[in-house]
Amino acid sequence: MTVEQQSGQKPSATGYVVSAVLLLAAFVALLWVPSYSHLTPTLGGIPFFYWYSFLWLILNALCQLGAYQLMVVAPRRKQAVRGLGVRPSGAGQ
Amino acid sequence: MKLDGTALAVTTILFVIVAGIGFAASRWRGAKLNTLDQWGLGGRSFGGFVTWFLLGGDLYTAYTFVAVPGAMYALGAVSGWFAVAYTILVWPIVFVLMPRLWSVAHRHGIVTPADFVTARYGSRGLGLVVAFTGILSLLPYIALQLVGIQSVLQVMGVGSNSSGIVKDLPLIIAFVVLAGYTYTAGLRSAALTAFVKDLLVYVTVLVAVIYIPIRLGGFTHIFSAVEAHARTLAAQAKAKHTAPSFALLPSSKSYWAFATLALGSAMALFMYPHSITGVLASKERETVRRNTVALPLYSLLLGFVALLGYMAIAAGIKTTNSRLVAPLLFRDLFPSWFAGVAFAAVAIGALVPASIMSIAAANLFTRNIYRDLIRPRANAEEEARVSKLVSLVVKFGALAFVLGINTQNAINLQLLGGIWILQTFPAVAVGLFTRWLHRWALIAGWLVGMVYGSYEAYGVKTAAVPHFAGSIAKIPLIGQSGYIALTALVINLVVAVVLTALLRLAPSSVGVDITTKADYFVQAGDSLLDELELPKGSDEVGPALG
Repeated sequence: MTVEQQSGQKPSATGYVVSAVLLLAAFVALLWVPSYSHLTPTLGGIPFFYWYSFLWLILNALCQLGAYQLMVVAPRRKQAVRGLGVRPSGAGQ
Repeated sequence: MKLDGTALAVTTILFVIVAGIGFAASRWRGAKLNTLDQWGLGGRSFGGFVTWFLLGGDLYTAYTFVAVPGAMYALGAVSGWFAVAYTILVWPIVFVLMPRLWSVAHRHGIVTPADFVTARYGSRGLGLVVAFTGILSLLPYIALQLVGIQSVLQVMGVGSNSSGIVKDLPLIIAFVVLAGYTYTAGLRSAALTAFVKDLLVYVTVLVAVIYIPIRLGGFTHIFSAVEAHARTLAAQAKAKHTAPSFALLPSSKSYWAFATLALGSAMALFMYPHSITGVLASKERETVRRNTVALPLYSLLLGFVALLGYMAIAAGIKTTNSRLVAPLLFRDLFPSWFAGVAFAAVAIGALVPASIMSIAAANLFTRNIYRDLIRPRANAEEEARVSKLVSLVVKFGALAFVLGINTQNAINLQLLGGIWILQTFPAVAVGLFTRWLHRWALIAGWLVGMVYGSYEAYGVKTAAVPHFAGSIAKIPLIGQSGYIALTALVINLVVAVVLTALLRLAPSSVGVDITTKADYFVQAGDSLLDELELPKGSDEVGPALG
């Protein structure tokens, strides 16, 4: 990786916004305690409150995977398509 | 308690294996361990796989293994289960903050959070404040790792018939071994032993969460036992006209407590210098971010570990020392040999974090106290020498602390440590995005947060415990109960913002920021550091989880 290559790796504005939403989802879900502080419905004998937390563990991991794609993978791919030899403006600032 | 020979033998064998690996780590990847970057950050060379184990090792300590089930057993959903929400929420925070920290650290050769603050705000005073807070919060945390080992030894019946030094001998031996290999191999030993530790932890927890419910008649039975237990305790509390201590679900009175505990702890975890050590030791900017997708696996494990507390209730385990809950459950429900594996998982689980924590504390001392205040001209070799020695001092300090003073003090201090470390959030985390906050305003905010948090924690009492009975207190203005650390942080931030607005009227007092905007986006291979000290990194690796 050289300076020329990395400085072109900026996510799009949409990428930032969607990533922010994905990363905030778990905060809203888990900190809004009254929304899930219930015993039912149970799952395999486990009260709702407990299995819902586990569910968000998985959902959050998927959200982060999405954010990683938007913030890191997509910009890199765009950079590769644009061609590696071109020096983007603003390099090394 | 009766001595369990089989369990002890299994634990000892596993311990010896791990110790051997720890010492062998000094030769891992052709290490030259004479600079702080090499000894204290593993040469900043760890890829995604090692980083995963190293960061998991930070999160998942021996104390977690005994404290979380203990809290579930004694207190239930609010003070126990919040840990699951907290360890989920920590990963989005890491995702946002840590790539920036990695980049700026890579560019400027930063080893500790205090290094960053010094560079960002042009203020050694603020750097010193952050270093001081870090060391102060880490010491009781290291001491608590010993408490974790102690609870396992106690349940195994080691030293129960002897007194004085003999009683504590196993603990002393374990710590001497730990100190030895950390001194020799630095962060590499922590990373390599983390593999074994996590293997043991994963096996133990997975077996426990499948085998124990089968023995106890399934989760339906476990939760109905817990429900009955909650009702009994509530009836007892009502008869005595006190508030019930155990909660199966957060109630309208404890929504705020649950949410603030989860959020505050999540924000605090990566302010701990040892977590940052794990981040800075990774080879590439995006290693950590990619890892946050897979790191929640540790949170899953923590959820299972938490449920052990409820299983102990259903299994009819009775103890007033909640730290013994998980070890007692293992002893009573597992065959002796597997109980030995489980005990080893806890004991070895203490070693990895204790090693990383002592390295982080030593780095803070070396860089931000020794170099910045005492010997500004110290070179890389001298820094490494000092750090190695300090890591020994820190560990033996923790040992003396746990053996000399009572355990409860260590736990109280750890509780305070969580409150203290969060007070560095404005300088470190906010500083990654903006340096608008003034260095003096940050110091003032920190001071107010520290004093308020400590005072409030001192005042928390129950019928049995006069001080430091918990970390929940009434939030001023809101009137609900909440996590003291977060309340203190809000006050800290308000002070910092107001004073910044005033101090900015005198622009000459603003320090010099040696970092630039681009520094926060640097990738491996971009910086001068690579050319000077490190071999050229290999090509960018594609995302492992893409």
